[in-house]
Amino acid sequence: MRLKLSDEDAAFRAEMRTFFTTEVPQPIREAVAAGRELTKAQYVESQRILNAAGLAVPGWPVEWGGRDWTPLQRHIWHEEMQRAAVPPPLGFNATMVGPVIATFGSQDQKERFLPPTANLDIWWSQGFSEPDAGSDLASLRCAAVRDPSTGSGRAADFVVNGQKTWTTLGQHGDWIFCLVRTDPDAPKKQQGISFLLVDMSSPGVTVRPIELIDGGHEVNEVFFEDVRVPAANLVGEENKGWDYAKFLLGNERVGVAPVGSTKRVLAQAKDRARTAGAGGGSLLDDPLVAARFADLENELLALELTALRVVAHSSDGKPHPASSVLKLRGTELQQAVSELVVDLAGPASLASGAPASSELPEWTRRATPAYLNLRKASIYGGSNEVQRQIIARTILGL
Amino acid sequence: MNFEYDEEQDALRDSVGGLLGKAYGDFEQRRATVAAEPGFDEKTWQRLAELGVLGLPFAEAHGGMGAGPVEVSVVCEELGRTLAPEPYLAAVVLAGGLVDAAGTEDQCTAVLTALSEGAEVPAFAHLEPGARWSSSAGGVTATQTGSGWRLDGVKEPVPHGASADLLVVSAALPDAGTGLFLVDPSSEGVDRQGYPTHDGGRAARVALTGASATPLGEAVDREATIAAVLDRTRVAACHQALGAMSFQLEATTSYLKSRKQFGVTLNKFQALTFRAADLYVSLELARSITLWATLVLTFGSPEEASDAAARASLQVSRAGRHIGQEAIQLHGGIGMTAEYAVGHYTSHLTALEHWLGDGRHHLATLSAQVGDHGEVDPLR
Repeated sequence: MRLKLSDEDAAFRAEMRTFFTTEVPQPIREAVAAGRELTKAQYVESQRILNAAGLAVPGWPVEWGGRDWTPLQRHIWHEEMQRAAVPPPLGFNATMVGPVIATFGSQDQKERFLPPTANLDIWWSQGFSEPDAGSDLASLRCAAVRDPSTGSGRAADFVVNGQKTWTTLGQHGDWIFCLVRTDPDAPKKQQGISFLLVDMSSPGVTVRPIELIDGGHEVNEVFFEDVRVPAANLVGEENKGWDYAKFLLGNERVGVAPVGSTKRVLAQAKDRARTAGAGGGSLLDDPLVAARFADLENELLALELTALRVVAHSSDGKPHPASSVLKLRGTELQQAVSELVVDLAGPASLASGAPASSELPEWTRRATPAYLNLRKASIYGGSNEVQRQIIARTILGL
Repeated sequence: MNFEYDEEQDALRDSVGGLLGKAYGDFEQRRATVAAEPGFDEKTWQRLAELGVLGLPFAEAHGGMGAGPVEVSVVCEELGRTLAPEPYLAAVVLAGGLVDAAGTEDQCTAVLTALSEGAEVPAFAHLEPGARWSSSAGGVTATQTGSGWRLDGVKEPVPHGASADLLVVSAALPDAGTGLFLVDPSSEGVDRQGYPTHDGGRAARVALTGASATPLGEAVDREATIAAVLDRTRVAACHQALGAMSFQLEATTSYLKSRKQFGVTLNKFQALTFRAADLYVSLELARSITLWATLVLTFGSPEEASDAAARASLQVSRAGRHIGQEAIQLHGGIGMTAEYAVGHYTSHLTALEHWLGDGRHHLATLSAQVGDHGEVDPLR
C-alpha cells in the first residue's frame, strides 16, 4: 500500500497540468468553467490541439493514436483535463465509435475513419435509443434491409427506415453510428441487431431538435426514410451489433464518474459563496451551508478514492467490481452540487432569462438551467436504476 | 499510489480470520462468551498474543512486532467481521497506543510487553459524565502531593474498565492542560462498577478518590498525544466497522436469495434488490476512504492524519447507519431477534461510533475548516 503517486506518475501529472492550462485557449476553458454552451468550432479547435499532442484518444490502439499508458495515467489525464476546464474529446468519437471500429472494423474502415475521428474532422452522433427502446435498448426497431438490386448477399447495400432519439448534439453530426435491426426473426431480440455507419448528409436523413427543460437544444430526433447505406459501412459481422454495443458501453473504466469536473464546480461554488451572502458577506458563515460543502467534499473524496482504487487495481483485464459504483454515485453528486449552486444563487437564480448586461453575476443566472440540465445525468448512459440492477445482479448475485 | 494488500498482510488476514472464525463462526459461541465475564474469551486473547497480534503496532524492544496501521487495520476488519468481543481497539490500539506514545522506556517495556504477551490488559479511562468527544479531561483532576500524584473524580463510561489490569487515566493538571497517568485499579481509592453494553461489550464507572497515580512519561499536557492516538483508534474502528458491514451485506444478500414469501425468494422483488445495491455502494465508498485514511496515518503529518480520521469516520458513520438499519429491515422480524447475528452487528456499529465520535461531531469539525481550502486532494 502506498499513498503518494510514484515520481513518474507525479511528473506525468505535472506535465498534463501544464499542457491543459497553457495549450488550450483561455476563452474555451472559460466557457467550460462558466458552464456556457460551446460552439462546434470550439469543440473542434480544442480536440485538434489535444490530438496534435497525442492527447485526444489515449485509450485507442497505439497504431491509431493511442498511448501505452497505465490505467492510473489515463485517470490522471482525464482528471487534469476536467480540472483545467478543458472540454474532453468528443465522447461519441473518442470513447464510443473509435474503439469499436479499431476493435471490430475492417482495415479499410480503420484507415478511412479513425484518423478523422480522432481529429474531429468527422463529428459522430450516436444512434442507439428509440422512442420505444430506452433502458430496454435491445427492443429497437429501426430497420436495415439489404437491397438485392445493388449486389448479392453481403455485397448488397442497406436501406434504413426508422427513428432514433435523444441524439446528443446531432445538429453538429457528420456521421451517425446506429444500431439497426437486420434480422427481425432472430430467436432473441439481441441477436438480430447490426452496427451501421451512416453519412448524415445521405438523402432521407432528417434531424429535428428536441427542446429540453433548461431551454437548450442539446438533443435531437433523427429520422431515416429509405436511406441507402453502402454494404462497406457495416462494422464487423451482420447481426453481431449487440456485442459491439456492449463492448462500447462497458469499454470505459476511466472517466465513468465525473469526479474532476464536479470537484471544480464545487470549489468554484465555494469561492462564490464567500461573497454571495447579504451585503457581500460569506455564506460559509452559515453552519448549514458550510455543512453542505463539507458533506459534498467528503462524498466526492470517497468517490475519487473509489475511482483511484479501480484504476490502480492490478487487474488482469477484468473491471474492478467497485467500478459499477462510479457512474451511479458520480451522477448523484454531480446533481447534488448543481443543486447547491442554485441554493447559493438564491433569488438571483430566477434571472435565468436576463440579458448579458444584467447586474446579477453570470453564475447565478446560469445556476438553474445547469441544475435542470443535469437531471439527465442519472438517466443517460444506463440509468441509475439500470446501474442498481447491474450491482444487484452481477456483484451481489441477487 | 496503491491500495492493495501485500502477501504478508493477506497471510495475517487469513490467520486472524481463521482463528476468530473458529471462535465465533458459530454465533451461539459469541453469545455465550459475552454473557459471561469478562465479556471476551481469554483463550482467544491468548492465541492472538501467540500470533503476535496483540503486540502488532509496538516496537520489538517492547515485546511487539513493529508493524504499522495497515496491519492493525487488517486485524480490526476481521474482528469486525466476526463481531469478536475481544478488547483489541480499547487495549492495544488505544490504551497501548497511549503508553507507546507517551510512556518512558521502562513503562513501555513493562506495559507493552505484558500486553503483547496477553498477560495484562490495559484500558483508557477518558470519557466523563457530562462531557462529549474531546481530547481533554475536566472531571478528573490531578494533584501533586509530597509522595506523588493523586487523582480525584469520575470516569464513565470506561470501555473494558472493570476487568482491566491497568488504567491509563486522563486528568486535568493543576495549572492547565490534560495529563496522562497510570493507575493500578486494585489500589486504594479506585472504585469500579462494571456493566455490559448493548452490543455485548463491557464498560465501567471508575470513581477515583485520592487514587495514587504515576505520570505516563512526564506530567505534562498530553492533549495532542491523546488526540493523535484517538485518531488512530478511529481509523482502526472504521476498519472494524467495515468488517461488520461486509458481514451484514453478505448475510442480507444470502437471506434475500433463500427466504421465500408469496411463493418466491425475496430477490425476485426489485424494491429489495435495489436497496441491497445501495448498501453495496455505501460499503465501497466507506472502504475507499478508510483505506486512504490508513495510508495517511502511515505517511502523513499529524494534521493530515486528524483530517483523514474525521473524513473516514464521517463516511463510515453514514454507511454504518445505512447498512445497519437496512440489514435488519431487509431481514424482517428475524433480524430483530437476539439469537440471530445481524442485529447485533447494528448494535456494535452504533457503539463504535458513539465511543469515538459520531458523524455529526466529525461533520462539524470538517464544516469549521471548509473555508480553509479550495478542493480536497487525496494525493496531495
